[in-house]
Amino acid sequence: MKDADKKRLLREMIFFRRFEDRTFEAYMERKIGGFLHLYSGQEAVATGVLEMANVGQGDKNDYVITGYRDHVHAIKTGAPAREVMAELYGKETGSSKGRGGSMHIFDASQNFMGGYALVGQPFPLAAGLALACKHKGTKQIAICFLGDGANNQGTFHETMNMASIWNLPVLFVCENNGYAIGTHIDRSTAQLDQYKRVDTAYNMKSSQHEGMDIENVLPAAKAAIDYVRNEQKPYFIEFMTYRFRGHSMSDAKGYRSKEEEAEWEKRDPIKIFSKKLIDAGVVTAKDIKAMEKEIDNEIENDIIKFAEEGPEPRIEDLNKYVLDDNPDPRWIGPLQK
Amino acid sequence: MAEIAYWEAIRRAHDEEMARDPMVIAMGEDIGVAGGTYKATAGLYDKYGESRIIDCPISENSYTGIGIGASMAGMRPVIEIMSINFALLALDTIVNAAAKIRYMSGGQIACPIVMRTPGGTAHQLAAQHSARLARMFMSTSGLRVVTPRGPLDAYGMLKSAIRSNDPVIIIEHEQMYNLKEEIPDEEFFRPLEGAEVIREGTDITLIGYNYSVHLCLEAAKRLEADGVSAEVIDLRSLKPIDRETIRESVEKTHKVVVAEEDEAPVGVGSEIITGIMEDCFFALDSQPVRVHAADVPVPYNYKLEKAAIPNADDVYHGALKALGKI
Ligand SMILES: Cc1ncc(C[n+]2csc(CCOP(=O)(O)OP(=O)(O)O)c2C)c(N)n1
Ligand SMILES: [Mg+2]
Repeated sequence: MKDADKKRLLREMIFFRRFEDRTFEAYMERKIGGFLHLYSGQEAVATGVLEMANVGQGDKNDYVITGYRDHVHAIKTGAPAREVMAELYGKETGSSKGRGGSMHIFDASQNFMGGYALVGQPFPLAAGLALACKHKGTKQIAICFLGDGANNQGTFHETMNMASIWNLPVLFVCENNGYAIGTHIDRSTAQLDQYKRVDTAYNMKSSQHEGMDIENVLPAAKAAIDYVRNEQKPYFIEFMTYRFRGHSMSDAKGYRSKEEEAEWEKRDPIKIFSKKLIDAGVVTAKDIKAMEKEIDNEIENDIIKFAEEGPEPRIEDLNKYVLDDNPDPRWIGPLQK
Repeated sequence: MAEIAYWEAIRRAHDEEMARDPMVIAMGEDIGVAGGTYKATAGLYDKYGESRIIDCPISENSYTGIGIGASMAGMRPVIEIMSINFALLALDTIVNAAAKIRYMSGGQIACPIVMRTPGGTAHQLAAQHSARLARMFMSTSGLRVVTPRGPLDAYGMLKSAIRSNDPVIIIEHEQMYNLKEEIPDEEFFRPLEGAEVIREGTDITLIGYNYSVHLCLEAAKRLEADGVSAEVIDLRSLKPIDRETIRESVEKTHKVVVAEEDEAPVGVGSEIITGIMEDCFFALDSQPVRVHAADVPVPYNYKLEKAAIPNADDVYHGALKALGKI
């Protein structure tokens, strides 16, 4: 990978961290409502995996789908950050026109197929997207990001089985951060290594990787994506990671120790990659400071401004988008008497 | 015109739509190699192959979800669920995903899936194979729910459902798959919306949907022998409901019976009658009557089952009550 790309990836991760920090502030100011789940700590996973996928190219993109912790996945796939922020503000200019909110970011123009609140629900949707790719023969694949907790849903088992028997081109990315809200994985899950839950059980290729160092994520993701695309078969990849903030905004984190948090903070993906790039002479500490300043400026003067200034949806449009708003009367009616 | 059975009508619609559009696929348990529990896809596996007639493992929630995911990327899956009882396992993907994705994406993504499933009692299938449950789906924003009463609608509405851009639930009935009717040989469509007056009358309106339409028709014949002219309405669509056709009829007849095969509390009857109260209360000459199943899980014993489920006699007596004759 070229130095310029490494520098860009570092900048992206810093951007994602600062974007999430800023949503936290806006939430405190009550500009953002509902549930808000932040991605801080896990940046290396989505950034690294999607760097190796086809993203940012509109309808040629691979299909990407995830749960409610979805802002970063959406932006890295190609959704404009200002539209994601406007969505959190509930604005008509938001990714989902203010109808979805933080947990339901969509950008169909970039094949970002959503943000879902039902834990485990995206598994089959992802397999269905992959089925469509295979059927059309486009060589696109589907990538599904979910947490460790989602693997205890029936949809996990049902979908792994069908993805395997039907050879669907889907990459399942398990972001194992050790917790499902406040329940540690060793209290909820019999097999702690998630990648082992699919290999013999569902005859699916799988692997586990350290997920805080993006330089571990990138090659592992590339191998998995190449496999899915070229072999037209599913792959399950597990990354060991940690979320630095609470599960959502209302989380006192009473279920984990300060020591544990401190241990993981030493492995902050941004710190790790910054140090590596400084040591290799790719960037200087001063460059990083300048980057941060530039990012903060962009967030404040472009992204937040766009979100603040956008119009609210109109009450008259409340009933739009429930069903097809321009249905063909031949199929829908009215019935000729 | 040729007389064909309900199952043949469904099969023909599948065949024509699959021949026309390569994005149309069918998914379900035993629909391919085995030919389909109700023969709705008989012969199509050989014609279209395993990538388009997809035999699914017994994983209702996730194969329905796979169909929904495929529909989000432009495909048109027709999903058969063997019995509406089993569709309960797919409620998450239907109600939480298919019904809401268009809305929560701000109109960006459609889920044009069709889910077909028989809902109704058959012959002593007992509590876990006799659910009707139309009311559960018709209460969900973002879905269309239709109930073809015979081959004409079974064919014409399935074709419309496949082409519509909305998720459509088609509720069929185990006792109707062999029902025969003459339908045109050339291609036609029947719209997904709109109730239909299928028998004109002046003295009372009998409203049914799915199998209960046939109970209404039978009751209307008996009423005719008594000198009562009964109008029969087939709702056809439970979501949305065509209130206008109901209002016009009630304003003419001033009396109404709603017949449903399901249990009464929170059902089709309560919804229809509430609509009548709101739309044409002053047109009524007598209180509306609901004919419905007993509020029990469906029993196995033949006599008990018969007592639990409404028949044409019950609709007839409901009408006599509305007419003030009993
Ligand atoms: C079906 C369902 N059950 C429960 C919840 C409540 N819930 C939201 S997130 C969550 C934990 C999920 O943990 P994991 O999959 O590991 O993802 P993480 O939050 O760690 O990213 C739970 C239980 C839900 N949203 N959906
Ligand atoms: Mg987790």
